[in-house]
Amino acid sequence: MLAEYNAVVPDVAFWIIAVAMGLAAIRVVTTKNIVHAALYLVVVLAGAAALYILLTAEFVGWVQVLVYIGAVVILFLFGIMLTRAPRTDTDLDNNQRWAAAIVALFFMGVLIVLLVDAFGAKHIVLDDNLQASGRLTADFVKHGHNGQVVRPTVGSAIFQQYVLPFEAISMLLLAALVGAVALARRD
Amino acid sequence: MNLLAVHVPWGLALGIKTLIVLIVVPTGALLLGYVFLLKMMSHMQSRLGPMEAGPHGSLQLVADGLKFLQKEDVILAEADRPVFKLAPAVVVLSTFLIFAVIPVGPGPGGVVANLDVGVFYALAVSSLSVIGVLMAGWASANKYALLGALRAAAQLIAYELPLLLAVVGVVLQAGTMNLQSIVLAQQNGAIFGWDFLGNPYILTQFIGFALFMVAAQAELTQTPFDMPVAESELVAGYMVEYTGFRFLFFFIGEFGTATAFAALAATLFLGGYALPWFHGSAATLLGPFVLIAKMMLVAFFIFWVRFTYPRLREDQLQSLAWKVLIPLALLNIVLTGVFKVIV
Repeated sequence: MLAEYNAVVPDVAFWIIAVAMGLAAIRVVTTKNIVHAALYLVVVLAGAAALYILLTAEFVGWVQVLVYIGAVVILFLFGIMLTRAPRTDTDLDNNQRWAAAIVALFFMGVLIVLLVDAFGAKHIVLDDNLQASGRLTADFVKHGHNGQVVRPTVGSAIFQQYVLPFEAISMLLLAALVGAVALARRD
Repeated sequence: MNLLAVHVPWGLALGIKTLIVLIVVPTGALLLGYVFLLKMMSHMQSRLGPMEAGPHGSLQLVADGLKFLQKEDVILAEADRPVFKLAPAVVVLSTFLIFAVIPVGPGPGGVVANLDVGVFYALAVSSLSVIGVLMAGWASANKYALLGALRAAAQLIAYELPLLLAVVGVVLQAGTMNLQSIVLAQQNGAIFGWDFLGNPYILTQFIGFALFMVAAQAELTQTPFDMPVAESELVAGYMVEYTGFRFLFFFIGEFGTATAFAALAATLFLGGYALPWFHGSAATLLGPFVLIAKMMLVAFFIFWVRFTYPRLREDQLQSLAWKVLIPLALLNIVLTGVFKVIV
């Protein structure tokens, strides 16, 4: 009985989350209130976190919550409210709709091709404890003695195998930070 | 749920655990509110506090709660109604979610969700409450409320990093983020081979504990870091326009989160539900009470500081966090790493 549940529950959950994310994403770009747009973005990001957890990538899911919802959106809202927080609807549109649509469709195509190519035929099999028993989403995530994902391997992958890209990203972020301060300073 | 050796289906077990969390949060808020806010503060100030409702005034907060439930739910004409209504729920939701990973006993029955990333999860969901605070402050259409919400967000920039970095020391030493494993690591640990007490991390991670408590004080917006609700400046900050049961939600959120962070500190640094030299089924049954006792001890310090020190300014908190707390936290991580490799 549990096995039947396990086959259906993730699918049902996926579609509920996906529909909610889609609707919220549409509202992010169609709402005329910029604070509402940021709040709908919270729903989209929370949905993405839920999808990561559904894919048994628990750690990535909670990183998404901490970094995007807990920090990035809060800074968005903080910035909006500190500078201008219109309580009335304002026209947030501009005349670049077509360019935006083309870019969005292009990236959607790239992502679909990439995802189908990389994970198209893979399935995650859940055991009775709702833990993934098969191979997981990335090759460097290994399994411990009872099939649980061993988290430290993610850390060692980042700091051993991928340490140079990691450091390059750190430098890039630092440069962006210094650049932002240089642009924002008026004196 | 194998505590009583009865097999319970996971759905029912989850339902029971969810119900327990739903009861624990308001009860914890009542307990802390009564013991510390009403009684401890009063006695520290040489007065009795409320004495009428119940023995020694113990039902005062229940009476207050009933009063709030009867009050008119005022929503301003200028307010952004959906956001205004949703905000208290977001704050309380974040409080409820933290309790999901705090273990009260060994094994899968002792915790709602035995997550691998337990402590990381707890800190991630605790930061969600600031979104509720920003929503409340902005939707209230009140300058005091907006200023309070902005202060809460600015405060987050100060305390979030020290809070996370303080916990990194514990995670390094235990070698896991799972709170059950962190409790076991403290119970079965040893300090340089001396295992009389196990290794409650307050003994080896005392820097981390101090940083965690300072950052938690800011997270909980308790004095000296209560700038978002500063009564003398902003009336009540982001919750100034809230009445009745929505205000009650914020109250439960504030004291419920204090309960959660005290329990989290007790779990991370004081050995959680476990006691040294104490094993077996009696220890399992006493676990929740041991945790509550340690939680009350930590909460006592939180409120002791709250009733003792004057309020800082927001910029003073920023410089404290970035010039003192974060460098100390990084130093603590380096020291922990060095000892981890040597010992």
